[in-house]
Amino acid sequence: MTLPALELRHVSKTYPLKTGGGFFPRYSDLHAVRDVSLILPQNKILGLVGESGSGKSTTGMMALRLIEPTSGTVLVGGTDITALDHAALKPFRRKLQVVFQDSYSALDPMMTLAQIVAEPLHIHAEGSPREQTEQALAWLDRVGLDRSYGSRYPHELSGGQRQRIAIARALILRPTVLVADEPTSALDVSVKAQIINLLQDLQAEMGLSILFISHDLSVVRSLTDTVAVMFNGRIVEQAATEAIFTDARHGYTRSLLDAIPALNPRDRRQRQFLTREQIEASTPRLAARDLAHPATPSDIPQLVAVAADHRVEAIVTP
Amino acid sequence: MRLLDVQNLTVSFAQHEGVVQAVRGMTLHVDAGESLGIVGESGSGKSVTCMAALRLLREPPARITADRLTLGGTDVLKARGADLARLRGRVAAMIFQDPMTAFDPSFTIGHQIVETILAHRPAAKSAVRTEAQALLTRVEIKNASAVLNSYPHQLSGGMLQRAMIAMALSCRPQILFADEPTTALDVTIQAQILQLIKEVQAEFGMGLVMVTHDLGVVAETVDRVLVMYGGKAMEQGPVQAIFDAPAHPYTRALLASIPGRTSGRQRLVEIRGASPNPANPPTGCPFHPRCALADARCAAEMPPFQSIGPGRDAACWRPQ
Repeated sequence: MTLPALELRHVSKTYPLKTGGGFFPRYSDLHAVRDVSLILPQNKILGLVGESGSGKSTTGMMALRLIEPTSGTVLVGGTDITALDHAALKPFRRKLQVVFQDSYSALDPMMTLAQIVAEPLHIHAEGSPREQTEQALAWLDRVGLDRSYGSRYPHELSGGQRQRIAIARALILRPTVLVADEPTSALDVSVKAQIINLLQDLQAEMGLSILFISHDLSVVRSLTDTVAVMFNGRIVEQAATEAIFTDARHGYTRSLLDAIPALNPRDRRQRQFLTREQIEASTPRLAARDLAHPATPSDIPQLVAVAADHRVEAIVTP
Repeated sequence: MRLLDVQNLTVSFAQHEGVVQAVRGMTLHVDAGESLGIVGESGSGKSVTCMAALRLLREPPARITADRLTLGGTDVLKARGADLARLRGRVAAMIFQDPMTAFDPSFTIGHQIVETILAHRPAAKSAVRTEAQALLTRVEIKNASAVLNSYPHQLSGGMLQRAMIAMALSCRPQILFADEPTTALDVTIQAQILQLIKEVQAEFGMGLVMVTHDLGVVAETVDRVLVMYGGKAMEQGPVQAIFDAPAHPYTRALLASIPGRTSGRQRLVEIRGASPNPANPPTGCPFHPRCALADARCAAEMPPFQSIGPGRDAACWRPQ
C-alpha cells in the first residue's frame, strides 16, 4: 500500500479566549479545530468544505505547519513532521506548498513576476540564477501567461492572472502536496473556470495531491475526488464526492447542499433553514450493528463508518 | 408604471491616463413590483449603472449622460438638493455588498436607522425607534431590541446585511437596488438573505434591481435578466427564457461555465482570454476577441441592442 501524501491524525487547535477579569484576565479555551483526522491519498484532490469559522482554513494551515497544532500529528509521505524544528522542516516545506484566496496580498508588489515565481528556487538553492529565471519563465508559460510577463509587476495583472502566478510559484519546486485555500473565491465566473481547469490539468500532469479548501460546493463537485465537511471545528461527514452530493447523512451537510442556488429558475424552492442548535440536535443515531466498522455505543457523537469510504458523525446506539 | 427608465446611459471617469468608459450606452427599465437581475463580471459596468441611477458617483471625475434617466418619474440628471435627497431613500434605496463598511462604525444600528427615517419625515424619536425595532423584527432578527443598541462590529455579516435591508425598507422605497448583497456571505446565509429579499419585495410591492456576477443568484430571485459586458447590454429577457435558450454567445458561455452542473470530476467550459480594458475597449462588439463565432463585422461594428423575440433583446450579429 502506498503511503498517503498527507495525513492528519487527531489534530486539534485551541486558542486562549479572554473571558473577563480585567487586570488579571481569565481565559477559557476556544476550540478552533477538534480532533480532526484526514487522509489525502497520492494523486487525489480532497475538498475541505464548511462555513466561515468552521476551522477549515486552520486545518489547512496546520497541515503546512503555518499554524502549530495544539495536539495531534501531521505526516507527510508517512513521516511525522509535527515536532521537526525549522532546519529539519525545510526539506518538507518544498513538498508542501500553498495558494491563498487573496492573490493581491500574497504577491510582493516590489518584485517582478519572474522574481516572484523564481523565489522558491532561490530559497532552496536550486540551480544558478540564470537557470532559476529560465525555469520561472517556463512556468509562466505553463500556467497560461506569456513569458513576456516576467518583467511585469503584480499590480499590472487581473485577479485571475495573479492567481496563475501564485500557482506557478507554488508548483515550481514540484511539491507532492498543494494546499489551496479558497483559490477561486475572489474570481469572476469565467475566470474561475479557467483556474479550476488549470488546477485539474497540473494535478494530472504532476501527480499532485491537493487539499482544496472551499465554501463553494459547486466548485468542489467539479474538482474533487473526496470531500470532508467541517462544522464547529469538527469533521461531521467525509465521503467520495458523489456520495456527499447524492447520499449525505449529516444534517449540516444536507443544509449546506440545500443552500446551493438553483441552476435553473425552474428549480426555485422555498427553503427551511436550520439553526446551529437544530443542526447539533439532528445528529444521526445509528445502531452499532449497522456500521461498516465496529464502534462503541455512546451518547457522545463520534465519527463512524457507514460504508467503506463514508464516515459521519453520529450517536451510536447498542 | 416605469419605476426606472434608462435610455442610452453613458458613464465615464476622467483619469490621469485618459477617459475610462465604464458604461457605454445602456438602455433598461424596471416596472412596479418587477425584479430585474443585472449580471456581469468585474468591470462590466453593472454597479456603476446603479450608482449612476441614484447619482451616487462623485461628479467629476464621473460624467453621466443619458437620453433619459428617470426614477419614479423624476428626472435624475436634473434633480438637485432636496429632490435628490427624496429620490434616495423614499423612491429608491440601495443595499451594498459589504455591510461592514456600509454602516458607520461609531454609531449604533438603532441610531443609524432612526437617523435615516428622521431625515425623510418628521416624527417623535421614540415612535421612530419602535418602528426601527419592528423593521428589525421583520427582517428576522430575533433580539431586535438588543441589536438596536449594538454597534456594527458586534454583529455578524449576515446579521448586518439584515439590518441593512431593514434600513433600506425604513422609508418604504418603490424600488430597491441590491448590489451583490450576498457575495460576502456564507452559502447558507446567502440563501437566507436571498429568500428574505424576495419576501420583502413581494410584501412591500417594490421593484428590485439585483446586481450580481452569480447566475445562481439570478436563477433564484429575479423575473427578468440583463447581461452586461464591457459597459454594454448583451442580452435581456425573461429569466426562464434566457436560461432555456440564451441567444448571445457570452450568455451561453457564462451559463456553460457554471461549475457543478453535472456529477463527477470534470473540466469546465471556460471563456478564454480576459475582460476588456475599460480604458481601451476593443472596437465593435466588446466580446468579439473571446467569441468563437466572431467575424470581421463583429470586430468592426457594434451590433444594435434589438428585439429578437417577445420581451427579448440581444446585441449580436449572430444571435442563436
